[in-house]
Amino acid sequence: MSVESKIATDIESYLKEHENKDMLRFLTCGSVDDGKSTLIGRLLYDSKMIFEDQLAAAESESKKYGTTGEKIDMALLVDGLQSEREQGITIDVAYRFFATDRRKYIIADTPGHEQYTRNMVTGASTADVAIILIDARKGILTQTRRHSFIVNLLGIEHVIVAINKMDLVNFSEDTFNEIKSTYTALADELGIKHTYYIPLSALDGDNVVDKSEKTPWYDGKPLLELLDTIDIQHSTFNIQHSLRFPVQYVNRPNLDFRGFCGTIAAGSVKVGDEITILPSGKTTRVKSIINAGDITEKNREGTTEEACAPMAVTLTTEDEVDISRGDMIVHTKALPRVSNSLKVMLVWMDETPMEPGTVYDIKRATTVVNGQFERINYKVDVNTYERQTVYKLGLNDIASCKMVLTQPIAADAYKENRLTGSFIVIDRITNNTVGAGMIVGVSRREEDVQKRTTREYTDAERALNQYIRDNFPEWECKKC
Amino acid sequence: MLDKKQMTHLKQLEAESIHILREVAAEFSNPVMMYSVGKDSSVMLHLAMKAFAPGKPPFPMLHVDTLWKFREMIEFRDQRAKELGFDLVVHSNPKGVEMNISPFEHGSKVHTDVMKTEALKQALNAGGYDAVIGGARRDEEKSRAKERIFSFRDRHHRWDPKNQRPELWNIYNTRINKGESVRVFPISNWTELDVWQYIYLEGIPIPSLYFAKEREVVEYEGTKIMVDDERMPEALRKTAKKEMVRFRTLGCYPLTGAINSTASTLPEIIKEMLLSTSSEREGRLIDKDQEGAMEMKKIEGYF
Repeated sequence: MSVESKIATDIESYLKEHENKDMLRFLTCGSVDDGKSTLIGRLLYDSKMIFEDQLAAAESESKKYGTTGEKIDMALLVDGLQSEREQGITIDVAYRFFATDRRKYIIADTPGHEQYTRNMVTGASTADVAIILIDARKGILTQTRRHSFIVNLLGIEHVIVAINKMDLVNFSEDTFNEIKSTYTALADELGIKHTYYIPLSALDGDNVVDKSEKTPWYDGKPLLELLDTIDIQHSTFNIQHSLRFPVQYVNRPNLDFRGFCGTIAAGSVKVGDEITILPSGKTTRVKSIINAGDITEKNREGTTEEACAPMAVTLTTEDEVDISRGDMIVHTKALPRVSNSLKVMLVWMDETPMEPGTVYDIKRATTVVNGQFERINYKVDVNTYERQTVYKLGLNDIASCKMVLTQPIAADAYKENRLTGSFIVIDRITNNTVGAGMIVGVSRREEDVQKRTTREYTDAERALNQYIRDNFPEWECKKC
Repeated sequence: MLDKKQMTHLKQLEAESIHILREVAAEFSNPVMMYSVGKDSSVMLHLAMKAFAPGKPPFPMLHVDTLWKFREMIEFRDQRAKELGFDLVVHSNPKGVEMNISPFEHGSKVHTDVMKTEALKQALNAGGYDAVIGGARRDEEKSRAKERIFSFRDRHHRWDPKNQRPELWNIYNTRINKGESVRVFPISNWTELDVWQYIYLEGIPIPSLYFAKEREVVEYEGTKIMVDDERMPEALRKTAKKEMVRFRTLGCYPLTGAINSTASTLPEIIKEMLLSTSSEREGRLIDKDQEGAMEMKKIEGYF
């Protein structure tokens, strides 16, 4: 029975099935030339997310800006802002939606050019899967290397390599295999966990929804079926991980209730669990858990015994301990490593360069602290993966840095926990988001020691140090 | 043992929206939630009631009343405010009231500019709100697909589409200077189907205008509109016919097109939506003005 006739004859059972859908967020990497917008337009069109009036609008626009001659330009269905339509390029991240019987999809549609690296990083930050588009005629380009690097940096474990425009290479199996083997080497170099290869023609819909007759040699799934069945370990919300509960909001509606609201970033929590509040280190037990999702208009006080990531919950505690926004609640039996000196990967997103020593606001989960990047270990060339020595970071630069905060935080590595291992950098004067970072680990003490011992001080500096130690003992200044 | 699989897409969307609402309550000193009485507003209100349970939302609901809304919308609004006990702020543009602005006489553009865009700016300035929570979704219109969840507005409430703050993971930059504000869209990632399905699952009350019923309608500028009161020009009222109709969106009655339908239950509405071939906004006369109309309106300060 087709979906339409099922909807028409038995809507209630259709709805029942659709209540239990899963959600998958994916990123598309490529440029207009690779047929990215066409592919997205095709997915939306074939999954009935494009309505007739939108199609009619695209048709009239095709005549104005279109590049496909007689056919409707699928790209115009998705290219959003008017200025972009005129220029024919995708500048910003756009989010699109479609659904199949099994999953709801959120597509982060990002621009492919190097000057928009920050937009791609933004789109990748919430994605579980990436589709990397390759023009079959051109093979692996510099941009493919760049896109793959970013995808891997942002912790996306599943990469679908969509080898597009197969119609222009006569659906050649050899071309497909050649690109596949070159990319396999690239994926190994980066350490991408799962790769999938599909020969496509987005323009004509080959291997998008249905298997194409033109690629009898291809024994894999068409794109949509692959997306529907790909097994996501949900790296974003790791429930096997130890509990991480960033306190978001203290709810005190009346004198008898004091609850701590937040979204569980990792793991699970039960009533009675012994918990530690960071950074204070105070301990107590969980008294009750309200899962906001279970609240109804009639029952506004419903509680649950256990909750897990990514639920939005409210916890109450046995004892009256001081807990406020920005604190992190963890299990006492599984304390994280806490540090104020962290090794991070930083993506710079602002026109004004980042110079070591400048103080920024760092927002990690719900915690905001002052911090600075004390040292740039190296900058990575996103095209060649070469490490370079630099003294400041410009727009779109990606670098390994040592970040020092004014207050220690749980040092979760991004690879293990996306939501507590990530942070944004806010300029304290312009209020702009100027950078985004991922925690690699605690900065190694040896490096610091080495740095300290190799520094040569002048006589004046030594005198200043002596003066401070003599007159300001409360500063606990070390001897240089 | 709890399993991630228990979190369906709707539960994940719900949790994400609640996270956003709490972030607003925690980070802003004077937030407000737009309440337009429509289905998306009903969902937003429901989410806000969940997010702060057992307490109430720590911010008021703001309704910009153009004075041309369906009468039932106003009754529904006041009844919900009484039932749930939330703070309701209602504002209409006094200048527009004085000028007796009417969509029939002055046209949709002037009416919308004065009674909606201008009124909204007045209400926001008067309230001094630093965060304004709205129910816009990214699937509604192409320019919305690119808007952030926390969308910065300068002191003139203007949106700069080319200069948006990067927004990563679920970490939102809530920093603003005095006079500036942020529009927040907690259901950005929901689709029309998600909204309907959620209303169905959670049993959220919505105005009966969404359900098909025999109503008096007239043909007006290529759309069917309902005869809701005496202010409709008499010549037009004379052409009224009874038809089985319902509304896919709710707004000012002279600007909201009715569709012929027999869908009188939620599953029937969802069925009709899934099988229909035109998008939700088609019933709204406001977007037809020009291509890229919504983008222009947003830059000017319209939601």
